[in-house]
Amino acid sequence: MKRIGVFVCWCGSNIAGTVDVEKLSEEIGKMPNVAYSCNYKYTCSEPGQEMIKDAIKEHNLNRIVVAACSPRMHEPTFRKTLAGAGLNPYLLVMANLREQCSWVHHDEEKATEKSIALVRRAVQKAEFAVPLEPTTDSVTGRAMVVGAGIAGIQAALDLADSGHEVVVVEKEPTVGGRMAQLDKTFPTLDCSICILAPKMVDVSGHPNIKLYTNAEVDKLDGYVGNFTATIRKKARSVDEEECIGCGICWEKCPNSVPNKFDMGLGDRSAIYIPFPQAVPSVPVIDRDNCRYYETGKCGICQKLCPKDAVDFEQEDTFVEEEIGAVVVATGYDLYDPTRYPEYNYDKYEDIITGLHLERIMNASGPTDGKVKRPSDGKKPEHVTFIQCVGSRDSQKGHEYCSGVCCMYTAKHATYLKEHYDIDSSVFYMDVRAFKKGYEEFYRRTTDQFEADYLRGRVSRVYGEGDKLIVKGEDSMLGEQVTLETDMVVLATAVEAKPDARKVAQTMGVSYDESFFMTEAHPKLRPVETNAAGVFLAGACQGPKDIPETVAQASGAAAKAINLISKDEIENDPLIANCDTSRCSGCLRCIPVCPYSAVTEEEVTEWNHGEEVTRTAVNVNESLCAGCGTCSAACRSGAMNLRGFSNEQILAEVEAICL
Amino acid sequence: MTNLSAVKRKNQGFKEKIEAESGQSVTSCYQCGKCTGGCPLSFAMDYAPRQIVRMVQLNMKDRALNNSTIWLCATCSTCTARCPREVDLAAVMDTLRIEARHQGIKPKEKDVALFHDIFLNSVKKSGRVFEMGMTVAYNMKSGNLMQDAELGLPMFVKNKLNLTPDKIKGAKEVKKIFDKVKEIEKVEGGH
Repeated sequence: MKRIGVFVCWCGSNIAGTVDVEKLSEEIGKMPNVAYSCNYKYTCSEPGQEMIKDAIKEHNLNRIVVAACSPRMHEPTFRKTLAGAGLNPYLLVMANLREQCSWVHHDEEKATEKSIALVRRAVQKAEFAVPLEPTTDSVTGRAMVVGAGIAGIQAALDLADSGHEVVVVEKEPTVGGRMAQLDKTFPTLDCSICILAPKMVDVSGHPNIKLYTNAEVDKLDGYVGNFTATIRKKARSVDEEECIGCGICWEKCPNSVPNKFDMGLGDRSAIYIPFPQAVPSVPVIDRDNCRYYETGKCGICQKLCPKDAVDFEQEDTFVEEEIGAVVVATGYDLYDPTRYPEYNYDKYEDIITGLHLERIMNASGPTDGKVKRPSDGKKPEHVTFIQCVGSRDSQKGHEYCSGVCCMYTAKHATYLKEHYDIDSSVFYMDVRAFKKGYEEFYRRTTDQFEADYLRGRVSRVYGEGDKLIVKGEDSMLGEQVTLETDMVVLATAVEAKPDARKVAQTMGVSYDESFFMTEAHPKLRPVETNAAGVFLAGACQGPKDIPETVAQASGAAAKAINLISKDEIENDPLIANCDTSRCSGCLRCIPVCPYSAVTEEEVTEWNHGEEVTRTAVNVNESLCAGCGTCSAACRSGAMNLRGFSNEQILAEVEAICL
Repeated sequence: MTNLSAVKRKNQGFKEKIEAESGQSVTSCYQCGKCTGGCPLSFAMDYAPRQIVRMVQLNMKDRALNNSTIWLCATCSTCTARCPREVDLAAVMDTLRIEARHQGIKPKEKDVALFHDIFLNSVKKSGRVFEMGMTVAYNMKSGNLMQDAELGLPMFVKNKLNLTPDKIKGAKEVKKIFDKVKEIEKVEGGH
């Protein structure tokens, strides 16, 4: 005998302000099998939950309907309430009266009528609810971190320090990422590589860290707690074990190519390490620009190497790693400013980006830290910065604010004045300096270091003699202005890497329209993703600065530790289940499953006194995410999603429509 | 269109001079507009007070000194009281008026300048302002002969208007202040 209890929540005035809760609980109380019906101001409160527990005991209830907010909000709360009263938590059904009724309607009479239908639906579903028990799975106590910029480094060190083994996979030949390219960091102006290098060294030397540089994750199989990653180790052409990093090879290499690490401002050899602090300090051959690969001749590096470590025949190799959790920290790229033809970025050498200036100001950069114009090597007297290049521009760039440019420009202007006595002007739209110490830093930039801030987007940059003319509006003055300057620095937008979509797909993570990977909840689950066991850190999730990146990386590591330090994890029981006696073996469910959770299997059964073997399917409980696609595709009705069974759904449809 | 670089070259040091003489950091202004928002006279001004500050920041000397705003400013100091960047804008306006006179720029609000002159003359002569004499002199010189005339009789009846200047203590000292200022201005190359 089903004895259903219905609890209608007012949610303060959120529901009760639009829905006649008295009438609703009264009407529902008339339904057959509803043994008890009441309403309460805040059902989720402690007294509200106690009320449910008491009613279960008093009225001997065995199915519960809570008509309140979205189940995404409080279903876990009320499941615990049921468990506390000794009922199976899956005997709860929620009706969403808030998001789906009171918040979207104004007419009380009609809203009440709709809410009655919604609760009736829930009651009918509860009628067919059955107790469910979660299954468990073992967990691999290791983690993988993809990307070894500051986000990946921080996450890897936190994971490794907690006693777990960590596999770190970095695409570039060295760890360090973007932060290694920066000269100083705001708002404290400490040297970027000085605070990063110790962490880079820690990553390479940590006993719990297995580091793959010049490597990429090709494939991620498995499921939360039990992943298998296939890692492609790209051919470095140098034996990492043998190389001692003596540097003879890159000193003697006869080829010279633009240095990508220095944004093409200086040159490097074809066999190279990206920068002096690179980890590991093992060179890599840039095969596209190496004479040996071009002509088959040369091989100087190989001849001179004292350890015989240069190997021109080296090929990509693959390794597999078993891990329980993944932290994705693949970072960001910068917007290509040639998309603003009015800024003439590709026409004048002295129009550069912020990252170029970082390299120019850096002591190990192409000018040894002396600020010089790329065109004639002269020291500029005045530099003009242009903000929001590709940011906040839905036509040519991105709708979002890149979040870091205001501060790095203030840093540049401050540093130029303080160390080089170079004046700056900044064309901006708004200055966003909202974190700890940021506004104060910006004010020092204008007050103490006298950077001229002009509010307005620049319309054009062009050359006149050896000067650049910047034309725009000073909207504070309310008029068109021009400015003569020696160098222009564009604050280009932070954007997703070109292969971000591919990485997200490999990891099973969703992404937004800008190809930034999406967190599970923007406020309450900021480092988790919709792929269980995969976490996000750093700018692959959206533009962010170093403090925020480090905080997020530690958060992601903590979440991953939380997962992999368990011996076993519970699977959500709301997953698909195949009734093999009804399965016709058509296998329609296999191609539609987005999680590859359904597999073909042979079943043996007795049919008219004969043993028959036929094809059916099996659902992997760990892989299944409970989306229900298979159940919808199943022709024979064999596939059923627990908690959303065919008979439950039909009963719900009937309750609303008939 | 204004070439800001050329303007800066031409008027090098203007901003610094105004800052030094007013004792205010014009650089600090972040152009929020609170001064203009509360100014009781901004409706009559050709530039908003905020814009005047911007002109000083950009060394746009000609425009900062040749406008009605600096003359219409009544030094009520609402802007000063409210400024989140602690700029005493009333003091900046005063400095700009003085600078405009030093530069021999014809005031855009000539009656306001005339009033200032007559007021100061009156103080210089009697040690404090002689309302009747000042009003008559202002009306004659400005040509607004009957301005405020209707207030004269009621004020006189209530004994608020003297027909002769008050004799006060220290009138000589006040005169000395005027002489001293003149002397300083001569030394520093004023008019």
